[in-house]
Order: sequence, then structure tokens, then C-alpha cells
Amino acid sequence: MAAPENLKYTEEHEWVLVDGDVATVGITDYAQAALGDVVFVDLPAEGTAVAAASVVGEIESTKSVGELFAPIDGEVVEANQAVVDSPDLVNSDPYGAGWLIKVRFTELPALLDAAAYDELTSK
Amino acid sequence: MSDRVSPLAEVHAAAGAQFTDFAGWQMPVRYSSDLAEHKAVREAAGIFDLSHMGEIVLVGDEAGAALDYAVSGRMSALQPGQAKYTLLLNADGGVIDDLIVYRTGDDRFLVVANAANADVVADTLRERASGFATQVFDESADVALIAVQGPRALEIVLATEGFAIEGGHPDGEDVPAALGGLRYYRALAGMFRERPLLFARTGYTGEDGFELFCAPDFARELWEALVEAGTPFGLLPAGLAARDTLRLEAGMPLYGHELGAGILPAQAGLGRVVDLGKEGDFVGRAASEQGPGADARVLVGLAGDGRRAARADYAVFTADGDTEIGVVTSGALSPTLGHPIALAYLDPAYREPGTRLTIDVRGTKLPYTVTDVPFYKRKKS
Repeated sequence: MAAPENLKYTEEHEWVLVDGDVATVGITDYAQAALGDVVFVDLPAEGTAVAAASVVGEIESTKSVGELFAPIDGEVVEANQAVVDSPDLVNSDPYGAGWLIKVRFTELPALLDAAAYDELTSK
Repeated sequence: MSDRVSPLAEVHAAAGAQFTDFAGWQMPVRYSSDLAEHKAVREAAGIFDLSHMGEIVLVGDEAGAALDYAVSGRMSALQPGQAKYTLLLNADGGVIDDLIVYRTGDDRFLVVANAANADVVADTLRERASGFATQVFDESADVALIAVQGPRALEIVLATEGFAIEGGHPDGEDVPAALGGLRYYRALAGMFRERPLLFARTGYTGEDGFELFCAPDFARELWEALVEAGTPFGLLPAGLAARDTLRLEAGMPLYGHELGAGILPAQAGLGRVVDLGKEGDFVGRAASEQGPGADARVLVGLAGDGRRAARADYAVFTADGDTEIGVVTSGALSPTLGHPIALAYLDPAYREPGTRLTIDVRGTKLPYTVTDVPFYKRKKS
């Protein structure tokens, strides 16, 4: 699946949807396919201050553990409880219902666009 | 090492498989979903490509005697058609590999080794058999292996067109009786559309099933025939991810995790696989007779709550979390049981089922309890 055009991406295989000063964060289709069936998601609590590139959560599949990195500095304003209850949403709808956290930020770092991310994952 | 590919690689790619490097081979890790594949094996059946495994054949009047010296069990006692799980030990009694040995004739044995160890097993058997009237052939590159595992495996094999029993009816009229009556750890020579294969009632999933050894040049035709016949029964192609959770639930050890050169069989609960009563010497006998020390770590099963799995190499602590008492060798959230399970080597003082302890799961000590293995046991039909 090609990466949706309207999102930005990180080299850690996360996507970011920017809306005003809030960024919604999830993992890409490529990342969920590499992990396999997601069975457990650990997300930071609302109000947690996060720093770009730090590990703020975990996404576990039957085979392995993926780390959730904060793509930006900011504060968690919402964690997706639906994904905690049904981790398979990360597999079935990674760019939609499988979103993970929303972060309020002040400054947006450089991120990849869809074409650059597709190139990264086609290597 | 260059990537080796199975004769079935194209079929897997067409079925949407995701591949992983496994012991130098590119093999399917999953086709669609590990959980769906795991469930299919528990409730219907799965089909696995195991062509990466090693097959070493011993032929000769003293093939049985050579194996009695080379491995931990008494292979000369097998009747043609019987198979046995055994261990290749080093002189210190540690495990070079775990094997299944099939006696395929009066003077013929087939040894199946893990892919990662196929070369060392072939070399070791050759070396240990050198004083015996037997020849050792590494057939690994010339043998494909397909497993059909699950409660519906027999029905699926019987629904597949083209099987016959060697020396039996050419139209295969006697196949249902022969395969239906084939007991666990027994094998039978057969044919698939006039080419030879071996039917073995063995597996590594905790379910009933068959392993079919055949020449690579018709492996694809065999695979496709089994898939076609099996799909109405719920058969799914299954990858290495499902294979690992299936064998873990069944409490089966995996070389490189529960077994290795520094581990004595008795520590892994496999003391019964080392036949100290057999006549003559065998490699590892003296060390096996002495056994591990009283304080040597032992393999136990652990069960946890919640959904967060302990994985290989995580440290195990006492219930209060103060003292390190062991290490996890395999762990996963059990798809069948719904809670985390693990195998771990522990200080023997903590081996009793019911003992509470903790595992450091990436910085958090989570409670686990020592439990009986296997974690999952199929219902006998």
C-alpha cells in the first residue's frame, strides 16, 4: 500500500497528521505488516510530556516488540483507548482507527513526505 | 552466507507470504496473520514448508550401530517404519542438535536436523560413523519437506488425489487404511503420482499431522494438491511465526533457545532421551552419567497475567523482585490460552509448579507463576 499523501512520516515508520497544533501519530502499513498481528499496545497517559525520538510506548505482536517513538516534542493530549482494547486495529486500519496518540506541539520538525517515505520502504 | 530458497518459494510469494531469514534460508514468516494461521492449526489444519530442514541418510549394515554411538538414544532398536526423537551430544554432554531419526529400512535411517545445524550434524555423523560399515549422505539439498498439521490433517491428506502406498494398490485404494492406521512417530513409504515420498506421522505443533518428505522437483505439485484438497477443511498455509507459538504452547524445545552446547539434556527435562542403559559407549555418555550439578538451572514453564509477554533473554527474579534466579528462553502471548507463557531456565529451588516469581519485562517486573508443561494439550479424539 502506498503511503497516503496527506500524512508526514518518520524514519521510524510512524505517520503524523498535523491539525493546527495537534499531531496525530500512528505506525505505517509497512510497520504493521513487519510486526505481524499486534496483540498489545502500551501508550503514554494523557498529559505526559514527550521529547522527539524518545520511546513513549510499545506495540507488541506475537513475534516481536516495536517501540513507539515520539516524533515531536510536546504533550500527549489523547491516547487511543480503542487500540488498547482492540490492538488488531493497528493491523486492520493503521492510518485510521489504528491511530495511537495525539500530541500538542509548538514546533514541527522536518518530516518525510509520502514520496520520500515510499522510497525509504522500497529499498 | 547466500540466501537459500525453498523449491516452494514462488508458491509462497504468490500466496502473499512475507519472508524472513532463517538459518540462511528465505522462508515464509507469515502469509496473512500469525494468529489466523495458529488458530487454523489448532482447529482445522495448517500446511508448512520445512524444506530448510536437514536430511541426512545413513545406509549400511552397521548404520544402526553407528547411530547408537553417535546419538543419545538406541536407534538400532527401532523397527523399520518407526521414528524416535533423539539428541546429538558433544563430549561434555551438551546438545549439538535435537533430531528425529526414522528407520526407513533394515539398513537405512533418515536423520532430520534443524536447518541451522544441518551441516554440523552431517559432519558430526560422518565423523562418528567412520569406524562403522555405513555411509553417510547429506541429502538436505535434494529433499523437500511439507507438513500438514491439525485435527483435520488426516482427512486432508486422504482427500488429496494421487497418493499410493509403496507396494500397495496402484490406485491408492489402501491409502485410507494405511494412513489412518499409521501411528504417531511412524513412517511409511509411499508415492505421489508415481514418484516416491515418505509419509511420517510426526510434527512440531502439538497436533496430529503428517510430514511428507519428497524430491524438490514435485514439491510444488504436492503442495498445490494438498492446498486444493485442504481449503474446504479450513487449511491455511502457515509460516514460521505460527510454528513458533504452536511449538511453544506444546512445550517443545527449540534449538538455540532451550537447547544448546552448554545445556545438558537433564536440565531441559530430556533426561529420558539419553539412554544410559544401552550397550557400548556413545558420545556424551560419561558426562551424561555424571549429570548436571544439583544447583544447575532447570527448564520450567511460566504463565503470566495480562497480555504483556516475557521474551527470550529477559531476566527472572524472585517474587519480591530482589534476586535474579533465571532467564527466559522463549516467550509469547499464547494465542490459544490468551495469556503470556514462557519457558525459562531457573535455579532449581524455584522449579515447583505454583511458585510465584517475577520477570523483568522491559523495565517492569511482572508476576509469573511456575506451571506444568505443555501449556496446551490437544484433546485425544
